[in-house]
Amino acid sequence: MSLTADEVKKIAHLARLGIDEQDVVSYAKDLSGMLDLMTQMGDLDTDGVEPMAHPMDQVQRLRPDAVTEQDGREKFQAIAPQVEAGLYLVPKVIE
Amino acid sequence: MYNKTIAELAKGLRSGEFSSVDLTKAFLARIKQHNSLNTYITVTEELALQEAQAADERLAKGNAELLTGIPVAQKDIFCTKGVKTTCGSKMLDNFIAPYNATVVEKFNNAGAVMLGKLNMDEFAMGSSNETSYYGAVKNPWDINAVPGGSSGGTAAAVAARLAVCATGTDTGGSIRQPAAFCGITGLKPTYGRVSRYGMIAYASSLDQGGPMARNAEDAAIMLQTMAGFDDKDSTSVDLPVPDYMAGLGNSLQGLKIGLPKEFFGDGLNSDVAATIEAAVNEYRKLGATVTEVSMPTLKLAIPAYYVIAPAECSANLSRFDGVRFGYRCENPADLTDLYTRSRGEAFGKEVKRRILMGTYALSAGYYDAYYIKAQKIRRLISDDFKKALSEVDVIMGPVAPSTAFGIGEKIGNPIEMYLSDIYTIAINLAGLPAMSVPAGFVKGMPVGLQIIGNYFAEDKLLNIAHQYQQITDWHTYTPKGFE
Repeated sequence: MSLTADEVKKIAHLARLGIDEQDVVSYAKDLSGMLDLMTQMGDLDTDGVEPMAHPMDQVQRLRPDAVTEQDGREKFQAIAPQVEAGLYLVPKVIE
Repeated sequence: MYNKTIAELAKGLRSGEFSSVDLTKAFLARIKQHNSLNTYITVTEELALQEAQAADERLAKGNAELLTGIPVAQKDIFCTKGVKTTCGSKMLDNFIAPYNATVVEKFNNAGAVMLGKLNMDEFAMGSSNETSYYGAVKNPWDINAVPGGSSGGTAAAVAARLAVCATGTDTGGSIRQPAAFCGITGLKPTYGRVSRYGMIAYASSLDQGGPMARNAEDAAIMLQTMAGFDDKDSTSVDLPVPDYMAGLGNSLQGLKIGLPKEFFGDGLNSDVAATIEAAVNEYRKLGATVTEVSMPTLKLAIPAYYVIAPAECSANLSRFDGVRFGYRCENPADLTDLYTRSRGEAFGKEVKRRILMGTYALSAGYYDAYYIKAQKIRRLISDDFKKALSEVDVIMGPVAPSTAFGIGEKIGNPIEMYLSDIYTIAINLAGLPAMSVPAGFVKGMPVGLQIIGNYFAEDKLLNIAHQYQQITDWHTYTPKGFE
């Protein structure tokens, strides 16, 4: 199975991931190689097998709805690229 | 001083032979002296000396633990409050963690001294430490060879005695393979044994932190501190932690070892195979019996892993968006440009490759064919191990098909690099614990024996490794120039 340059660009857009134009062909080649590897999975009949998400088949633990963390806004915003009045700044999205 | 084990150092600290400050200064000087190995991303000299002073006071008061005053280092994937935590990426080059990982907190509580943060493959994606934004780490056994990855900085630092011991993480072999390549002892615990809180996520259903040390006894001391249930990690398993030191001396008489024939097939270097067979023979001398076991689905571990890990990575790494922390591009035109360019400029090629792969595998129309299929295969691989481990106590084999390869040798061919993880990846899919133990040398380069145990059998693995280290001395060798 092989991916085209256009498909790679589409996937990169889905991931909001900038990739250099000159690298698109090499990504297409590498991803196609990985997909070739994955076609081997088709050799094995997995009908009726339960997909495994957690090695111990553990389910998400619940806890009492109690306050465990204090407000850490200042601490967390101290490492943000751009903040103002306690808000994260991004380019304008509404005209 | 640097050639001593934790237990020996703990004794010296208590007898007054040296203080933790002396010890810490000696290691800091060594780190500077061997800077060219590129093992550390950040050296926390000032903090280390403060911690050493506090440790000396605690030792004087008589309420010290075994790790009190011992200079250790953290893989730069563990968040350290107030200290730069990069995960080997340009994305986090400016990231000062606002909190400590649980593992770091546990070392702090034990009174260990942190020397600094160790180099690693970017976001733990790599098997050679060459994908780090901070440059490749050199293998102290041959500076033209890779130390393995992703915990390459850890393995090289421990092998070169630039830390007494240090932490690693293992998603597909990232503790065991570098431990093998650098001739040290590494343990990947059962999934859920060690908290993942504050350990920057790559593939959350596979990631597991663990100890990397000179020998099994040191690894046992480290794991004692690292292991345990953590409320802050939703996948942490709530089981009591055994006394890992207590069982080290147990006899191996009657131990049943299984050798999977799939671990000794094509692709395994014949000298490595002979080294592993010699190690298994040592176990026979210790009273073990050896039988063949079979893992028919093993060959599908690599394709299944390279669906599941990238899928989880693409979801986990979506948090790096240039908005809340980490790298942001200059002058973004709009929000999409901000996301796309920040991520594009700050992630390296291997990370991008895996994000793309994962995004594709999870995209509409492909989810069942790739992700669900891979998770079904994951179950079958896990069943293979369960079946084998119902017949034998442990499984043994090589960690890697060869010794450390050359820097630059495989980085241009990602698929070939992926295939070299064949013996380690399946263990992460099953969630089992496994160790890498120094078992000899091929042309001057270390070989690691892999020991795979049942769920939560870390105590047994450490016992089995420790007994081997009582009758062999491979773990005591030091690379030339680092004696």
